[in-house]
Amino acid sequence: MALPLDGIRVLDLTAVWAGPHCTMLLADWGAEVIRIESIQVLQPSTRGHMAHPPKELPRLRKSWGMTYPDWDPGDQPWNRYPIFQSHARNKLSMTVDLRLPEGLDLFHRLVNICDVFVENNVPETIEKLHVTYEELVEHRPDLIALRMPAYGLSGPYKNYRSFGVQLEGTAGHSLLRGYPDMDPATGRDDVYLGDAAAGVNGALAVVMALRHRRRTGKGQLIELAQAENFVPYLGEAVMDYTMNRRVRDTIGNRHPSAAPHGVYRCRGDDRWVTIVVGSDRQWQGLCRAIGNPAWCGDPRFATGIGRWKNQDEMDTSIEEWTRERSPDEAMRLLQAEGVPAGAVLDDRDLYNDPQINGFGFFKELTHADAGTHKYPGIMWSASETPNEIRTPPVRLGEHNEYVYQELLAMSAGDIIDFEKKGHIGTRYPEHLP
Amino acid sequence: MATPPQALSGVRVLDLTQIISGPYGTKLLADYGADVIKIERPGIGDLARRMGPFAGDDVHPEKSGLFLHLNTNKRSVTLDLKTATGKKLFFELLEGADAVVESFAPRVMPSLGLDFETLRARNRRLVMTSVSNFGQRGPYRDWKSAEIVTYATGGPMWATGLPEREPMSLGDNVVQYQVGAASAVATSMALYSAEASGQGDHLDVSLFRTQASSQDRRTTMLIGYQYTGERNVRSPVGASTAVGVRPCGDGYVNIMGSSHRFEDVLRMMGQPELVEDPRFSDLVARSQPGASEEFDAYYIPYLMEHTKRDLFQIAQSHRLPSGPLYDSADLLADGHFQERGFWATVDHPVAGVVTQPGRPFIMNETPWQLRNPAPVLGEHNEAVFGEMLGYDRQALVRLKRMGVI
Repeated sequence: MALPLDGIRVLDLTAVWAGPHCTMLLADWGAEVIRIESIQVLQPSTRGHMAHPPKELPRLRKSWGMTYPDWDPGDQPWNRYPIFQSHARNKLSMTVDLRLPEGLDLFHRLVNICDVFVENNVPETIEKLHVTYEELVEHRPDLIALRMPAYGLSGPYKNYRSFGVQLEGTAGHSLLRGYPDMDPATGRDDVYLGDAAAGVNGALAVVMALRHRRRTGKGQLIELAQAENFVPYLGEAVMDYTMNRRVRDTIGNRHPSAAPHGVYRCRGDDRWVTIVVGSDRQWQGLCRAIGNPAWCGDPRFATGIGRWKNQDEMDTSIEEWTRERSPDEAMRLLQAEGVPAGAVLDDRDLYNDPQINGFGFFKELTHADAGTHKYPGIMWSASETPNEIRTPPVRLGEHNEYVYQELLAMSAGDIIDFEKKGHIGTRYPEHLP
Repeated sequence: MATPPQALSGVRVLDLTQIISGPYGTKLLADYGADVIKIERPGIGDLARRMGPFAGDDVHPEKSGLFLHLNTNKRSVTLDLKTATGKKLFFELLEGADAVVESFAPRVMPSLGLDFETLRARNRRLVMTSVSNFGQRGPYRDWKSAEIVTYATGGPMWATGLPEREPMSLGDNVVQYQVGAASAVATSMALYSAEASGQGDHLDVSLFRTQASSQDRRTTMLIGYQYTGERNVRSPVGASTAVGVRPCGDGYVNIMGSSHRFEDVLRMMGQPELVEDPRFSDLVARSQPGASEEFDAYYIPYLMEHTKRDLFQIAQSHRLPSGPLYDSADLLADGHFQERGFWATVDHPVAGVVTQPGRPFIMNETPWQLRNPAPVLGEHNEAVFGEMLGYDRQALVRLKRMGVI
């Protein structure tokens, strides 16, 4: 069966993560997504922190957002950057400088032959470029435009800049996670679920708008303020406040009512298993799994409330058992008795995991600049629509010929002219840091 | 004024999900116009009805804030799918349905005689979405999960937190919401396809796989591991100079002063001359061990002189990605969200007037609408079984007595 979005063309002016994640989902399920990029401007964290990072920097930093094959940025770092590699499969890339009049004119011609436009820039950037919905709809009356700035297209924070991690702070997530016994300024820097959330819901909005267009012929503007999009994920905390004026704080790995609940040290270096007991039945299962030691019979642990009140003591005893086992062994023994338990899988563990490999989740791809690697795959599967990654992460300007020649049917002379003016290329200039 | 059309007007969804993931997905569909018929167990209903927070801390199945939040715009019927009559009613509903969304353990639908092949035999264009812990097949198929278990197995929990401490989960139930959103996208794509082709589909959406493919660092880290053979680890406190959460006068702020933005931080502090300091003069210097702490000696005293709200505004005026660390009280009091009309207020027959999170996104032609608050258990039995399927009052009484509804 054809993929659901076959025949839909998306112009993608997205940056960093949230927008690209949205267009990745559209591309994965059949849309022709054309990234509109510029070789004159590097959007930080999109194709790199820097176009030409110092060679020694990645190995020095060892940061998850700055790895390169063998820690080497290589000749074209922008095609190897891991954040870009994580979302750019199945997409096309063309380059044009929208700041120049002929670039903007060309973009308008592309808008005319596309269905959807997606961007997640600061609103003032889009206004300066003159590519707002109101301006583009003149070139494509039934255009669907998804704009996903951090805080929306109106209001005091309209032009505020944010990555997922900062808007999760505003939405309230940062204070709801982390070690309860430590100052909030520690260890809460690196979670970006806000991006993932915006990407997924952005794709939902686009698909729903496509349905509406098919039924009525009408396109529309969709405004997804990433901060607002994330607040519903924290519904319980919000409503505890609106209904009871209670302000929640982090409880770490624990649960407001269930115990045992947490992460337990296992055999080996930095190895852990998570265990959750949400009912008497699961408690009995846990006791069986760990061989019914005498302490399990303590009457204080017989009820949910008793377990919750005495969890420190229980946790110590449970950890005596987990410390003797690998995370995988502990997980399997507990799951066999119906107890929710999961090994804390690091990167290597996940690549070796039989369940995820059973889906054929990882796909080996050969990328001209990055080499051959196994990439994480499609988010869900469909019985009638088998799906896997079709093309590796796209290289900068890889489809210039397709767009300029085939889609826009430009003459050879015009193309040379565009090249001279700095629109067409596959490299960032050396002077760009 | 006539109500504007909604994006999913005319779509009917039979919703067999409960608790968080499945219901958040069907809430998204319902809030944008689908007629979501929530099928609950007679007398008990969705387990979220028993989960807090409760309005006024009154433990009552119609006062659960979690349930009220996740079930707006849905209709509730009760139906025992284990009885022959219950199944007959379900099949009658199926004829007019476009999608079935379920979140049982994978063995349950087949054991009820409601597997995808059986359902599609009665409705060729049916989209069935199965939301599960670890997927519909494979060695972990029947395993139990929970928020923290999902983040541990599928997500980057091992690399979340501090190196000298245990790995740390996320706040509340955010991972389950993310799976719900994924199930809504999957369902809407398959519906979009089925409406044109007449061919339905069965979607396997799992907590595990959604996390393993999430753009919240996990996929980037997996690629990084492939690149270097080194696992991504938990980063120490203040790992990057001028990046991340720092204390301020009345709380905490998160300002990103990385790479090219560092000089903006210095300008914000009114100390641009610090860029001459060899410890901070370029990115390589700032990436040396200890550089972050040394810079904090200048940075934190500045931050302590300002409130989190002031710093938000000041940092933004220097074009720095930034935000305060808000709690719920701060968030609800914030003028930006209020001015934009984000918050929704519903009048629920049992829980009373409640303020809830509003639209996740604004569709100008087909807006999010709060048509109805979350339903009370079985509120729409009469509308659905009576008016829609044509059972008369007597028949409904009989069904109720039999425990079918």
